[in-house]
Amino acid sequence: MVYLDFEQPIAELNEQLEKIKEVQTKGDVDVSTTIKDIEKQIAVKIKEIYENLSAWQQVQVSRHPQRPYTLGYIDYITDDNSFIELHGDRNVGDDKAMIGGMGSINGESVMFIGQQKGINTKMRQYRNFGMPNPEGYRKALRLMKMAEKFNIPVVCLIDTPGAFPGLEAEERGQGEAIARNLIEMAQLKVPLVCIVIGEGASGGALGIGMGDKVFMMENTWYSVISPENCSTILWRSWDHKEEAAEKMKLTSQDMLELGLIDGVIKEPIGGAHADPEKAFENVKNAIINSLNELRDIEPQKRVASRIKKFSTMGHCEEA
Amino acid sequence: MGWFKRMKDNIATPTIAKKETPEGLWHQCKKCKTMMTAEEHKENLWVCPTCEHHERINSTEYFSFLFDGGKYSELSPKLISGDPLKFEDTKKYKDRLKAAKAKTGLTDAITTGYGKMEDVDVVIACMNFNFIGGSMGSVVGEKISRAIDHCIKYKKPFILISKSGGARMMEAALSLMQMAKTSAKLSLLAEAKLPFISFLTDPTTGGVTASYAMLGDINISEPNALIGFAGPRVVKETIGRDLPKGFQTAEFVLEHGFLDYIVERKDMKAKLAQSIRLFMN
Repeated sequence: MVYLDFEQPIAELNEQLEKIKEVQTKGDVDVSTTIKDIEKQIAVKIKEIYENLSAWQQVQVSRHPQRPYTLGYIDYITDDNSFIELHGDRNVGDDKAMIGGMGSINGESVMFIGQQKGINTKMRQYRNFGMPNPEGYRKALRLMKMAEKFNIPVVCLIDTPGAFPGLEAEERGQGEAIARNLIEMAQLKVPLVCIVIGEGASGGALGIGMGDKVFMMENTWYSVISPENCSTILWRSWDHKEEAAEKMKLTSQDMLELGLIDGVIKEPIGGAHADPEKAFENVKNAIINSLNELRDIEPQKRVASRIKKFSTMGHCEEA
Repeated sequence: MGWFKRMKDNIATPTIAKKETPEGLWHQCKKCKTMMTAEEHKENLWVCPTCEHHERINSTEYFSFLFDGGKYSELSPKLISGDPLKFEDTKKYKDRLKAAKAKTGLTDAITTGYGKMEDVDVVIACMNFNFIGGSMGSVVGEKISRAIDHCIKYKKPFILISKSGGARMMEAALSLMQMAKTSAKLSLLAEAKLPFISFLTDPTTGGVTASYAMLGDINISEPNALIGFAGPRVVKETIGRDLPKGFQTAEFVLEHGFLDYIVERKDMKAKLAQSIRLFMN
């Protein structure tokens, strides 16, 4: 188990628990009541900590190394053996940071698209830390258009620290790739549900994020820039990241209050990594409910209300 | 006693009696350092006659030579930024806005207007880099959105001159969503079969590049303009080596297939007008 800095009290209690369990295995004294007591203390502590997470702590949870990633969700959500991953943008290559494919939920086909992070050092590099190149966005677009052709709804799972800021990415038009996705998603004729399952960093996230329904899981963040980079630019130092996280109103609750997302998906106590199956189940329910709601709306109406939703975002005043 | 003794005080002229060159009479080219009068520079459309460096200019200047006789009607002139997040870093966002308004005399990082260009009706939106780095916040998104509404209502083509460092951090996710908003609106303009010409000027980066600036039916730029998604410093840090010469210039972007052509400022109006005439035939 990996513990975040603010989870230290939980780590200490767990350590105590381990030690006492060792005593019990030796069988000399009965410590079962102490074990129960500590277990209860742990549960209380986790609840206490997780009910009072600061914005920065939520950012940390969203990046927890044991947090489940896109393919984990898809594997659980789709019917057994139904998911087939599809590769390539039919142009320059296959982006490992952006995955996609078709599967079924209760027998109904769904196109899944999402950024994918790696589970260990080697895989993190392989997945480019979940930072797609232009071909990733173009692969996503290809799959969306294909879904549109076959009248299959699209579900995007967002988890990225940003679009990759590399040399080749610039050469191949990172900006254009994201922009193209935005204008195409606006007019996509099939239902589009987007869920931030981890990090929602800027254009890299929005590039697959213009849904009829946009949700954020409880302990995720979504904004124009990461709190660290915001701190670096505005305060000219890394040290104000906590403050930046607070000021940017980037948590799921803030984003809901600002009217920029449609809902928050609950996470199990202790975060999605504490009980991945519970997290998967909650996301699955949100997808099923949204698709049920969106399926019977006429495509033109759905597109019009999607455009209207995004067109009214922002806050201006008249002098 | 020293060998040398100063016989006079340092500066004897009182401040009031100082003879200074009036502000704005001369202009020195930022690139080749050639001196010229501000009048000459303006007559040459703010381009250096020696090295052809295209000085960064804002909506006032672009509108003065793009619209016939410099005449246009401004759209939504009263729209201003609120401070929805009550944002404060080293300064309050409200104070930053106030300072930018005082410095530029503008209301935000974009000005939109309609008028005639070589007798053709056009709507032009032009970003103001001198207003908080031309950053895109709610006002920029809303003004573009309303300009597009005007285009659709009156069947006019839309020209958008970008000049921006990207999204405005002080409006956080609200800024981010302006990318979605403007793109959604542009999809309606496209449905109405009205041309959208995106003119990318120095610099166009970040969220602006990743939304409307790259979505023109044709994308045009000025010579040597910086155009990119990530800023050059960020790319350099990412790859850990020096950037190739000319990286992210308009010429580089043209070469990689994301621009239709590059035009010098003196030919800009004629070429824009001709492009529109061909579309609206």
